[in-house]
Amino acid sequence: MAARERPLSPHLQVYRFAYTMALSILHRATGIALSVGMLLLAWWLVAAAGGEAGYTQVVTCLGSVPGKVVLFGFSFAFFYHLCAGLRHLAWDLGHGFEKATARRSGAAVVIVSLGLTAALWALLLSRGAA
Amino acid sequence: MAEFNLPANSRYKDIPGKLHPAPAGATKVKTFRIYRFDPESGEKPRIDTYQVDTGKCGPMVLDALLKIKNEVDSSLTFRRSCREGICGSCAMNIDGTNTLACIKGLDTIEGEVRIFPLPHMPVVKDLVPDLTNFYAQYAAVKPWLQTRTPPPPDGERLQSKEDQEKVDKPSACILCACCSTSCPSYWWNSDRYLGPAALLAAYRWIVDSRDEATGERLDELEDPFRLYRCHTIMNCTEACPKDLNPARAIGEIKRLIAERQV
Repeated sequence: MAARERPLSPHLQVYRFAYTMALSILHRATGIALSVGMLLLAWWLVAAAGGEAGYTQVVTCLGSVPGKVVLFGFSFAFFYHLCAGLRHLAWDLGHGFEKATARRSGAAVVIVSLGLTAALWALLLSRGAA
Repeated sequence: MAEFNLPANSRYKDIPGKLHPAPAGATKVKTFRIYRFDPESGEKPRIDTYQVDTGKCGPMVLDALLKIKNEVDSSLTFRRSCREGICGSCAMNIDGTNTLACIKGLDTIEGEVRIFPLPHMPVVKDLVPDLTNFYAQYAAVKPWLQTRTPPPPDGERLQSKEDQEKVDKPSACILCACCSTSCPSYWWNSDRYLGPAALLAAYRWIVDSRDEATGERLDELEDPFRLYRCHTIMNCTEACPKDLNPARAIGEIKRLIAERQV
């Protein structure tokens, strides 16, 4: 046989993107988003310590439409990462490995994190804070 | 860092595949799109299209593959043996998930049937992956009984029914590699991560009441890559054609390692 390197069989290109992989990569992506989002929090705190002028600037910026979109995404990332983290905690304690259970807990993570995000923003809007 | 794209020599869309049309008078035509690679041609892999009369074919994907090989294209290469889901030879990626061609019903697949070798493996030919590393990883977990004490003089090492039941399921693994090659962590780290199949085998001996090397087995696995590249994605358990649960086995190994530290 010719001494040429064997090709690598296709993987991401052909594997069905099932809920398992989707939830897993979303957990990682929201984790990264939260890390980056901490910069926003730091920015806000530094501005608050620096006096009124700077703080007003930050609040205006975050209160703008693009700012609110970012904060909305940040809050979803927070709730999703929290819920998926609890799912991982249950696994680490030895629970929820059955196929049917894992599917249900996966759906629950998505529904609960969306619900919590919606509830938070409903609360903010009702108080006129957003 | 994980390499998400295929290397240049592995891109299967670069050259057109061949079309093998259905014979005249075919009644129930189903289209099969099958990954082809011939190591002797010097060409890149390609996708060939076969239109098969499933009206004159057995019910499983393997039946269709054999029909193609017997009647249309004898060069199509794949592994198969028992044709009843016990040998694990015909593991491949069918319709986007890993399973055994012999127990995957044609009627469970809507539209075209897309067949690829097990994902992220070196391809020997067509649907035949090189499983050398996979088998080496299985051997690395020492899948045999290890004892320090002499056996009872008057008989075998016995275990209770309950203890036997703990190894019942994990020892039903047929080493088809469907689970390991469904796992993204294994795709990116198969040089260092043992993968679900080998870890399920390790678990089978860790929980065996007769085995006396439990501590050493856990020591071997306590490693950022060998065990802890598992992020509980659950692709392995979803893929297993024998309905086993490698994800749970790996979770249990992690728990046993954590518990012995407290």
